[in-house]
Amino acid sequence: MLNYLLQRLIYTLPIMLGVSIVCFALVHLAPGDPLVSILPPDASAELQAKLRELYGFDRSYPEQFLAWVGRALQGDLGNSIASGRPVAQEVFKAVGNTLRLAIFATIIGFFLGSLFGFVAGYFQHSWIDRFASMLSVLGVSVPHYWLGMVLVIIFSSQLMWLPPGGAGPGGSGDWQWNLEYMRHLVLPALTMSVIPMGIIARTVRALVGDILHQEFIIGLRAKGMTNLGIFLHVVKNAAPTALAVMGLQLGYLLGGSILIETVFSWPGTGFLLNSAIFQRDLPLLQGTILILAMFFVLLNLIVDIIQTLLDPRIARS
Amino acid sequence: MSTHVAATPLQAAASSGYWRTVLRRLGRDPVTVGAAVVILLLLLLALLGSHITPADPYASSILKRLKPIGFAGHPLGTDELGRDMLTRLMVGSRLSLFMGITPVLLAFSIGSFLGILAGYRGGLLNTLIMRTIDVFYAFPSVLLAIALSGALGAGITNSLISLTIVFIPPIARVAESVTTQIRNREFVDAARASGASGFRIVRVHVLGNVLSPIFVYATSLIAVSMILASGLSFLGLGVKPPEPEWGLMLNTLRTAIYVQPWVAALPGVMIFITSIAFNLFSDGLRNAMEIRS
Amino acid sequence: MNNAPPIHHVDVGGKSPPLLRVRRLRKHFPLKGELFRPRKVVRAVDDIEFEVLKGETLGVVGESGCGKSTTARLLMQLTPADGGEFLFDGQVIGGRELPLKEFRRQAQIVFQDSFASLNPRLTVLDSISFGPQVHGVSSAEARKLAQDLLDRVGLDPVRFGGRYPHELSGGQRQRVNIARALALNPRLVVLDEAVSALDKSVEAQVLNLLQDLKQSFGLTYVFISHDLNVVRYMSDRVMVMYLGEVVEIGDSESLFANPRHPYTAALLSSIPSMDPDQRTEVPALSGDPPNPINPPPGCRFHPRCAHASAICHQAVPALTSVSLHHRVACHLHIRGSGHPQAPIG
Repeated sequence: MLNYLLQRLIYTLPIMLGVSIVCFALVHLAPGDPLVSILPPDASAELQAKLRELYGFDRSYPEQFLAWVGRALQGDLGNSIASGRPVAQEVFKAVGNTLRLAIFATIIGFFLGSLFGFVAGYFQHSWIDRFASMLSVLGVSVPHYWLGMVLVIIFSSQLMWLPPGGAGPGGSGDWQWNLEYMRHLVLPALTMSVIPMGIIARTVRALVGDILHQEFIIGLRAKGMTNLGIFLHVVKNAAPTALAVMGLQLGYLLGGSILIETVFSWPGTGFLLNSAIFQRDLPLLQGTILILAMFFVLLNLIVDIIQTLLDPRIARS
Repeated sequence: MSTHVAATPLQAAASSGYWRTVLRRLGRDPVTVGAAVVILLLLLLALLGSHITPADPYASSILKRLKPIGFAGHPLGTDELGRDMLTRLMVGSRLSLFMGITPVLLAFSIGSFLGILAGYRGGLLNTLIMRTIDVFYAFPSVLLAIALSGALGAGITNSLISLTIVFIPPIARVAESVTTQIRNREFVDAARASGASGFRIVRVHVLGNVLSPIFVYATSLIAVSMILASGLSFLGLGVKPPEPEWGLMLNTLRTAIYVQPWVAALPGVMIFITSIAFNLFSDGLRNAMEIRS
Repeated sequence: MNNAPPIHHVDVGGKSPPLLRVRRLRKHFPLKGELFRPRKVVRAVDDIEFEVLKGETLGVVGESGCGKSTTARLLMQLTPADGGEFLFDGQVIGGRELPLKEFRRQAQIVFQDSFASLNPRLTVLDSISFGPQVHGVSSAEARKLAQDLLDRVGLDPVRFGGRYPHELSGGQRQRVNIARALALNPRLVVLDEAVSALDKSVEAQVLNLLQDLKQSFGLTYVFISHDLNVVRYMSDRVMVMYLGEVVEIGDSESLFANPRHPYTAALLSSIPSMDPDQRTEVPALSGDPPNPINPPPGCRFHPRCAHASAICHQAVPALTSVSLHHRVACHLHIRGSGHPQAPIG
C-alpha cells in the first residue's frame, strides 16, 4: 500500500507541471498587448520598451515560463498590475474568504445530501425515494447563481432578514466569528451548498442501495443483527466513498466559486478572478488560476490518500 | 451428416433490434417522456421562436422599463430597457440552447475520437493522449471555462471554444475506458484473427458498442453546459448585449431585483426548467440502456 | 458435397512436413513494478517447442496457469511473442512468402467464452460474413457463404441468421463461432477450451460436429482442454504442458496407456474411475500448485515429483525422444542424465 501511495504522490508531479504550463499558456494566449492596461495610450515607445523589459514580456515564452515558475516556487507570483500589491498576498487573503464559504457550503451540502441520500437508499423505490431523488435532481439542475439571486430577493429584499452581499459590515475587512459576520455567510453558503447536496445525495443513495442489497446483509440479518447494527454497518461501508465525494466537491467549489461570489460580492478568489479578467491584470490572473488549480490537485491527492487508507482494497487493484 | 438444432419456443420469438428495445423502455417511464416533450418544445421554440413572438426583442422603450408581470401588452413584464420579456425569453432560447448543446456535440466528436484512439491502440499513444487530458481534467471545470473565456475574450465563438475544451476531457475518459473494455473482449480478438485492419475493426466492431454509452454520458453534460454557458454570459464573458440570452438577461437584470424582482428572476426559471428536463431525460436514457439481457 | 468456401489454399510443403512448427517460443509478462525493486516477471511460456502434423488433432493439456491459452494466442499472433520461430507449412509467418494477413486466412481460433466471442451488436450472419469480406469477398457472396456454413454446423439459417448473440444458447453460439472460424476455409483451427463452458450433452454434440467438420474440410486441429477424457477422445497426439514448458508430447493412445513423465502419470491417475472398486486413496499430486513467477530451479516439477533426485534440482531436462513421435522432458528417461534411475547412455 505504501508503494501505491508513493506512486500516486509521484504521479502528481507531472500533473502539476502540466497544470502550470496550461496556466501560463492560458494567460499568454490572450490576444492583445498585456501592457495596454497599465500604460496610458500615448506612452512613448521607450517607456513601452522599458516596462516590457521590467515585466519580462520581451523574452521568449519558454524563458518567461521558467522565470515565472522559478519565482513561484519561492512564493513570488509577481505584483498585481491593478493594485500593485504582491499577487500571492492578494490571493491568499481571498482564499481565506472563499475557504470559509466553501467549507460551510460543503458541510451543509454533505449533511443534507447524506440525509436525503440515506433515506432514499434505505427505502429504495418507495415514494420517499422518488421524492428525495427528485429533490437531488433539482439540486443538480438549478443554476446556482440564479438561486442566489432568488434567495437575495426573498430574504434580503422582501423579508430583510439577511444582508444581500459582502463578507461583513465593513466590506472585505478582516473576518470575525460573530453574529454580524455570520449573517453575511448564510445566503451564499446556502446557495453554494445546493451543488454538493445534489451530488452527494445521489452518490449516497446509490451506495446505500448497493450495500443493502448485497447478499451478506441477508446473512447479517439472519444472524440476528439489529437494525441499528446494520445501520452502522452501512455507514461504515458508505463512508469512504461519501467522504471522497465530499472532498472533491470542496475542491470543485473552491475553484468554481466565481459565479456565486459575483452575485454576493463575496471578496473571495472568484471575485478576484473576475476583476483580474476585466482589468486584464495578467500577473494576478495567472497567480490566481495557478493557486486554485494547485489546490484542486492537492485536494484530489489528499482525498485519494485518505480513501486508500480507509479502504485498502483500492491499493490492491 | 449434420445435426440440426431445434429452436426453443423462447428463441422463436421475433428477434428485436437494440434501439427498439431502448425506445420501448423509454416510453414506459412517464417522467422521461415528459422531459422529452419539454425538450422538444424548447427546441421548437428555439427554431421557430422568432417567427411567433408578440413583439420585437430589440425594441426598447424608456417609458415602459421594468413593468411587472401581467402588465398590459406585456404578459411577462419588460426588462431594464423596456423590451418585452416574453419575446426575449422566447428568442433567448435559441442562443441559450445553442450555447449549451453545441459544445457538448463538439466535445462528443473530438473526445470520442481521442478516447477511442487511445483505448484501441493502447501503449504509448494511450499514455500520451490520456496524460495530456489528465492535465486539463485537473482543473475544476468552472475555473477552466472562465479562465479560457477570460483569456480568449468575450463572444459566442470564444465561449463555444472554451466550453468545448472543458468537456473534451471527461468525454475522452469515458470513451477510453469503454473502448479498453471492449477491446479486450474475444470478439475483437476474433476480428483481428481474421486479418482485418485496425480501422476496419474499429468501424465494424468497436464503434457500435462504444458510441452509445459515450452518447448517454454526453447527454448528461448538456444541462451542465447550459448552466455554464449562461453563467459565462452572466459574467459578461459570453454573449454580448443586446442579444437575448437567458444568462445575459440575468446579468443585466441583476440590479432590477429590488425594483421588479420576479421579472428579474424569469430568465433563470427558463434555465432551470431546461436543465431539469435534460437531466431527467438523460437519467431516463441511462436507465433504459442499462438493463440489457 | 463439400460446402467449401471459394477461397482455396495450396499445400506448399507436401504431405510429410508438419503444418506448424514452433521453436523456442517464449512469452514473459512483466508484473506491475514496485519502486526500488527489480520487476517481477511471469514466465508464461518458456522456450517451448512442438509441431502440429497435417490432418491431425493435437491435444494440449495442463493445469490452469501452465501456458496453454497463452500458447494459443501466440500461435494466432494475437499476442506478440518475446522470442521464437513459427513455421507454417515450412514458411515463416509474417515473412515474405507468408504475409500475416495471408496466414490469418489459413489459421483460425475458437475461444471458450461463446458469448464474448461474438459482437453483441451484429447478427449471426453478419458476424460470420465479416471475415470473408475482409479478404475481398463481396457482401452478397459472403452472406450466401455464411448461410451455407450455418446450415453446415446444424443451425437453420432462416431461423438463426438474423438473430443476435444474446438470443442464442451457449451451444448454438459456439456453433456460430465454429462457422465463423470456417468462413475463411482455414487449414488449422485452434480450439481453446471451446467446449469447456458447455453442458455435457451439448458438449458431446459439438464434439461430434467438430469431428465431422474435420473430415469434410480436411482440417487440422489444436485442441486445448483441461478435460482429459475429452482430449483422449478427440486427439491423435497429445502435448502436456506444465508451468510454461512442454513436459511430454506424443501419440495419444500410447501416452494415455503409458505416460512417461511423472506429471502426466499423476494427471491421468487423477481422472476418477467409473469402477467403484477402484478408489482413489492417495492424491496423485502433492505440494503447492505452481507459481509461474518464481519457478523452481532445474526441472520445474521436481518439488512435487515422487521420483525427484539431485540432478532434478540442478539441470533442466531437455525434450528428448523416447520412441518415434514421443518426447519427454524428464531426467528419468534421458540417457546419461545423472538420475539414478535413468538408462545408462
